[in-house]
Amino acid sequence: MSESVLKIRDLRVTFNTQLGELRAVRGVDVDVTPGEILGVVGESGSGKSVSFLAAMGLLPKSATITGSVELDGVELIGAGRKAIRSVRGKSLAMVFQDPLSALNPVHRVGDQIVEMIQSHQDMNTHDAEKKAVELLEIVGIPQPDERALQYPHEFSGGMRQRVVIAMAIANNPKVLIADEPTTALDVTVQAQILEVIQRVQQTFGTAVVLITHDLGVIARVADSVNVMYAGRNVESGSVQSIFDHPSHPYTRGLLSSLPHEGIERLHPIAGFPPNMLAPPSGCGFAPRCQHAIEACSAELPSLSPFEDLLTSCIRADELRVGRRS
Amino acid sequence: MTNTVIPAMSPRQMAWRRFAGHKAALVCSAILGLLVLAVVLSPLTTRYGVNESVKAPPNSYLPPSKLAWLGTDDIGRDLYSRLIYGTRVSLLIGLFSAFISVFVGCVVGAVAGFRGGRFDDVIMRVTDLFLAFPFLVALLVVRNMFGSIGWLTFIVGEVSSLRFIIFLLSFFGWMGVARIVRGQVLALKEREFIEAARASGASRSYIIKRHLIPNSIGPIMVALTFSVVGAISGEATLSFFGYGPQPGAGATSLGLLVGQAKGAVQTGFWWIALFPCLVLVIISLCINFIGDALRDATDPRMDAGK
Amino acid sequence: MFRFALRRSAWAIPTLLLVTFLVYIALRMGTDPLASYMRSNPRATRSKIAQYKELNGLGSNYVTGYFSWLQNFVTFNWPNSIKGSREVWPELKDAIANSARLGIAATTVGVSIGLTIGIFAALRPGGKRDVAVNTAAFVGISIPPYISAILLQLLFAVYWSKWFGNTLFPTSGVYPPGQDGFDLVLMLKHMALPTFVVAIQVIAVYSRYMRSSLLDVLNSDYMRTARSKGLSEFRILMRHGVRNALIPVITIAALDIGAIVGGLIITENIFDYPGTGKYFLSAFGNGDFPLLMPLMVIIVASVLLFNLLADISYAILDPRIRLD
Repeated sequence: MSESVLKIRDLRVTFNTQLGELRAVRGVDVDVTPGEILGVVGESGSGKSVSFLAAMGLLPKSATITGSVELDGVELIGAGRKAIRSVRGKSLAMVFQDPLSALNPVHRVGDQIVEMIQSHQDMNTHDAEKKAVELLEIVGIPQPDERALQYPHEFSGGMRQRVVIAMAIANNPKVLIADEPTTALDVTVQAQILEVIQRVQQTFGTAVVLITHDLGVIARVADSVNVMYAGRNVESGSVQSIFDHPSHPYTRGLLSSLPHEGIERLHPIAGFPPNMLAPPSGCGFAPRCQHAIEACSAELPSLSPFEDLLTSCIRADELRVGRRS
Repeated sequence: MTNTVIPAMSPRQMAWRRFAGHKAALVCSAILGLLVLAVVLSPLTTRYGVNESVKAPPNSYLPPSKLAWLGTDDIGRDLYSRLIYGTRVSLLIGLFSAFISVFVGCVVGAVAGFRGGRFDDVIMRVTDLFLAFPFLVALLVVRNMFGSIGWLTFIVGEVSSLRFIIFLLSFFGWMGVARIVRGQVLALKEREFIEAARASGASRSYIIKRHLIPNSIGPIMVALTFSVVGAISGEATLSFFGYGPQPGAGATSLGLLVGQAKGAVQTGFWWIALFPCLVLVIISLCINFIGDALRDATDPRMDAGK
Repeated sequence: MFRFALRRSAWAIPTLLLVTFLVYIALRMGTDPLASYMRSNPRATRSKIAQYKELNGLGSNYVTGYFSWLQNFVTFNWPNSIKGSREVWPELKDAIANSARLGIAATTVGVSIGLTIGIFAALRPGGKRDVAVNTAAFVGISIPPYISAILLQLLFAVYWSKWFGNTLFPTSGVYPPGQDGFDLVLMLKHMALPTFVVAIQVIAVYSRYMRSSLLDVLNSDYMRTARSKGLSEFRILMRHGVRNALIPVITIAALDIGAIVGGLIITENIFDYPGTGKYFLSAFGNGDFPLLMPLMVIIVASVLLFNLLADISYAILDPRIRLD
């Protein structure tokens, strides 16, 4: 495996709230290989967004962050403001969920891209504007020179998300973090946006972290997958392996709860997500797992190799399921 | 191990909690409460009658002393007692006109917001214009105009009567309330539970009465508080320039007492100016703080990171 | 953009006419112009009375009366004040100039200070700065201008000279009596207290608006996007925060002009400052119709003008509403 461009070790994020300490992320490791699309999947509250917001330094002051986040060898946690600002928008960029609220409504779209370019590159405004139009073209916006002069509210949802992506890749970042980029969009538009992301990856060699709760999205574009639950990674591997022979009961539950041909009833995962103010000891999934034993709740399991995956289920071996053909 | 459950609170409880978190508002409520108590229990809390001389002449313009805690006025009456009686009058004026304003404002605002269309447009432009005018100018012009309408003064009372003042202040007060209620109704109108009510065949007035108004209690209460302070201020402003109520028989209002402050500057009798102004400012301040805390309590906004 | 402004301005003239018509009715009913005239000029001849009625459009019918007044007004055929038959325009001109000076000074000072402290307060919500600003703003709002004016007058007119033997800030008039010609320093000294009184209100109101508007904006998603771009904090604050926060502040600002003018009226009266406010109150007290109508026209016109300006600046600042 080539050297990771984004290396996260033992990331922990705790929020200081009125009701107590919310342990959103409890020791997460991530490796992003250059040029690959890493899918991070989990339900709401699993800590998937918070982990990467922490990496970007975009969490509110009420959050306590420990651990290490290395981008191309440079440590981001605890780095000074100037250091973080020079990384953000340049080597590390982010695309958010709701494109309407992510863009400033009173500035023209082209100007917002130019702002991104000029804050990290020494380019005069005229050249930056030309580059902005090029970027709009790359993400597939028709008549980019005219549309660059328009305001966000004059675009449809899918077009807006393309604009946001164009803005994010303006400085050719090494890693693009996409936090639920398709969740707020129609299904038909979702496919288009994923296609844009893939194109970016292929054209520029950008590594992409695709955060989502939608397994369909993962299946479509991801190269490798991290599955998160209750603030920790529970399984990780290539997308083929995960979908073919998932080893963790949670992953299996996710896959089997998808509607597919031939079934008559849906099989949701029983139980409720855990309360992160007082997370369960031991494996976070144990309270809902039908295969849980006492040892599961005894102590926090960590990821260990199992066949061609990394899994945190201590019973993976025993629960080995037949491979799908 | 099972999940712990966080107990849920009703919106009213949450609002109460948030209000109680505003220390300033609590202090102001206490101060206001004390004041209201002093006013309500008036014959007990005052030391002299409202028109009663403190002692035999010479008794005018005596500085504060044991005899008259806050000094005496031009004909020897105790300022402290007159302040309490005056505040009672002004508080009554404020409360009455506030309630009328809120009532009328709710009805008009709810109907305007809900029906929209021409009615809404007209009402909004009219209230906009009125509210944009300098308050004193509009107040005086309207006052005299109403005062010249025979049948109006017959019903409501003469220009210098208390009833007329209450009517006048309510006339100005309902507009601000109507705008607030209309805004709230517009926001609620799009919510699904209203659609659901309409789908089940509820009539417009039913929806307004049973759904829109109860869900607007927060902003309505805020509007009420600000109407009270607006009315008290309005009365004081009018009285200051001599256009206020003349309750007769030596009775007075807070506004009238503040009005006398004008002369005190020339003559140097500082207590005539300071104490009524102080009482007016304290009342305004407290009500404003409470209104602001109420607004925060009923319309929460999440602060980004503590 | 230009078309938008034109369309909005087109409404202004009919509205002006309508509102002045209503004011005409209200004043004619409320101040009884004829009786007031007779009171001030008990020995007026029949022809003088007729002339008064004619010039002021006080004919039998309200509508025709209004139009005849309007005709006289726009042709500058103005009747004289009922007090001593003084010409209206010369004094009005000076009064307007004085009030405008005061208004502009107070607004400039008030808005710049108010917006700035509002921004500072919003940057650290709940912090000591914020609480201090909030409380100060509250106190500012709760003290009506006439009270602060009176107390300041008390302080400076009576006590300052008693304690310090001189008058630092004079408390009446534009110039000391007997002053001839223009003296900037003296004028500023006389303007200082009234400006301060009106500015208090302005600062109080604007700091709160800016604070609450900026807080709302700081919580929006596009602020997070701006931060994710790696921009400097200052740029984020100004170009994305304040720029967006100004929008609601501007709209409320225009409607507030009325309050500022109102504050001016009261302050002028107390400090004996010869501006339109003082004229209004004395004219109103005398039922001086020839003086009142032009004054009201000016007031109505400025209210409408500022409303219009607010609409236009709102459209300039917020591109979303230009689709009107």
